[in-house]
Amino acid sequence: MDFQLSEEQIAIQDMARSFAENEMMPYVEEWDEKKIFPVDTLRAAADLGLGGIYSDPDYGGSGLGRLDSVVIFEELAAACPSTAAFLSIHNMASWMVSQFASDTLKSKYLPDMLSMNKIASYCLTEPGSGSDAAALRSTAELDGDEYVLNGSKAFISGAGRSDVYVVMVRTGDEGPKGISCVIVENGTEGLSFGAQERKMGWNSQPTAQVQFDNCRIPVSNRVGNEGDGFKIAMAGLDGGRLNIAACSIGAARASITATIQYMNERKQFGKPLAAFQALQFRLADMATELDAARLMLHRGATSLDNKIPEATKHCAMAKRFATDVGFNVVNEALQLHGGYGYLRDFPLERYLRDLRVHQILEGTNEIMRVIIARAMLQE
Amino acid sequence: MLTEEQQLIQDMARNFANDILKPKAVEREENHEIEESVRRQLAELGFLGMTIDPEWDGAGADYVSYALALMEVAAGDGAVSTMLSVHNAPFLAILDKFASDAQKEKWMKPAARGEFIGCFALTEAHAGSDASALRTRAVKTDGGYIINGSKQFISSARIGGATILFAVTDPEAGKKGLSAFYARNDIKGFNIAGVEEKMGQMASDTCALQFDDMFLPDENLIGKEGQGYGIALSSLETGRIGIASQSVGMAQAAFDYALAYSKERTSFGKPIFEHQAVQFRLADADTKLEAARQLILHAARMKDAGIPCLREAAMAKLFASEIAEEVCSAAIQTLGGYGYLREYPVEKIYRDVRICQIYEGTSDIQKIIIARQMA
Repeated sequence: MDFQLSEEQIAIQDMARSFAENEMMPYVEEWDEKKIFPVDTLRAAADLGLGGIYSDPDYGGSGLGRLDSVVIFEELAAACPSTAAFLSIHNMASWMVSQFASDTLKSKYLPDMLSMNKIASYCLTEPGSGSDAAALRSTAELDGDEYVLNGSKAFISGAGRSDVYVVMVRTGDEGPKGISCVIVENGTEGLSFGAQERKMGWNSQPTAQVQFDNCRIPVSNRVGNEGDGFKIAMAGLDGGRLNIAACSIGAARASITATIQYMNERKQFGKPLAAFQALQFRLADMATELDAARLMLHRGATSLDNKIPEATKHCAMAKRFATDVGFNVVNEALQLHGGYGYLRDFPLERYLRDLRVHQILEGTNEIMRVIIARAMLQE
Repeated sequence: MLTEEQQLIQDMARNFANDILKPKAVEREENHEIEESVRRQLAELGFLGMTIDPEWDGAGADYVSYALALMEVAAGDGAVSTMLSVHNAPFLAILDKFASDAQKEKWMKPAARGEFIGCFALTEAHAGSDASALRTRAVKTDGGYIINGSKQFISSARIGGATILFAVTDPEAGKKGLSAFYARNDIKGFNIAGVEEKMGQMASDTCALQFDDMFLPDENLIGKEGQGYGIALSSLETGRIGIASQSVGMAQAAFDYALAYSKERTSFGKPIFEHQAVQFRLADADTKLEAARQLILHAARMKDAGIPCLREAAMAKLFASEIAEEVCSAAIQTLGGYGYLREYPVEKIYRDVRICQIYEGTSDIQKIIIARQMA
């Protein structure tokens, strides 16, 4: 254990940081304010290999590891957690195809997905099933060499704008083993979208319901075997959770940087804020907790890279801890900025609004605790 | 226990909040504006001069009733509660304590009748928590003062009719060189330099003010020259009881919504309220709310009894505003993804309540005040 990134990882980090500073930072306020989904920026990121960070290189993926991935997402999120998180969702969905689909299916979709010519959405949650995902009710009935899909998916990032939907549907009995994973292309008859949701944050990516009304797709669009869908969805989430955790850490890091600058410049009672011990101690706590979160995240990523049995638990722990710590650090940073922290002119309130949802999605932090406790009690 | 009159006021406020405020809270946020009829209705209820003696056209209620009313109004719409809170204290509280009878007749009576909304302009861009570092200048001239300078984070300046502002009359005298003035918001030289875009409480306007050679006659000086600092600090007890009450009111609304939701939403085959972790989170939230409410009512009762309650009001403000954010965050979490959507009320309440730890003295300032009492 040397706690150091490799030279190659440092180079990747530099590349992601410079992309975040030059291609994202100047526009992030406008994306948030006007709810702009920056497709061109996402494609520019894909040009650098960020559309399929850990996907198959034979189809245009970068073939990197999960540790590389979290290093990248921390950098991107320091500019815009919302856009970085969307890129994570695209990576998650395309990796599921890369990892579990047949060669034929991969040839059909993956090159376009990895270059982000086709943008991908991940569809698991339904209006009636969030945390209890295995209770999903959308169905895919076999009819000849087609599946007929009916039902709806909720809180789908990219809905309406994405080209490819990686969807978990019920092909069999109740419970997780009756679920399969299929690809539905935008434009397929019977596929429609609900109204765009209005949210607290995450404004640079669209969120809506995805509806299937006798929507027919070829059976060959199934990823993996029938009944494997839930397993595939959960495998995708292991990585998704790490990336989301990294997004919280990136924004928290940027908040600390802004706070240090503010504390040095802002004077009250005749001295800079940086001279007040109570504020120094808070800054010290913020940095310590953020560091602990990052270390835990890198451990989770390494566990997943090494495919050790505890990987899922480590990912869940990292996601729970890093998204809680990330939010709290940003919240403290906002408080240290006083009234200015509450204004749109400063980035803190945007980071705060964006990070709040990281404690909810990719499995709520309550579900992370379920996973951790279950693993412990079964060990 | 509450008296019959206190209960009556609480009920009136609750009905008003449910019937008038809550249904249009989202619309107000989108329009960035509180409709004129709200002021009129608050005036009819007597809420715009709540603790002012009926001799001066106020409602003559006690501070416990004031706190209860603010909680209910805040539960209906946090932004309206800010307008109401600032108007009652510091604005009216200062006039009540420091204005001459002639000034009261002219300014306080119509304000207590709710004919216009009052504002309080102390904070400047570089002087927030540290109010003794103000730079706005008042220079003596024939028959009055010329005011120049700027103010930051001034609530209700756009919707409001008059402002109590603070300016330096003697730059050599430090805190003792500060004076308080009364200005109508429509006079020459009183300029709104900008309306801030904020995280929450969007219906309550927050303005940057610019005073350009604004002339105020001698009679607009409140108290004496040099008394400004004392005047600014004088109404902080009531002001803090007010913000604490707003915090609890908003958080209670979020809590009530989450509790009802937890009994309807099912996961893993049962209402989520039946999951112990959800129950425990709601139990913690309920306990925090009750504790905060008791701190507030304790401070208000001391105030009613004429006992100084700087410490208790600061504790109430510190504790209530902090647990309010926690409770609202717990409410969002209980709703899961729905809690993050505008369609459900809790994300707005969270954004609205976040400022309570910042305005009217940040949490850190409350700690300074509490610590000073023990030094």
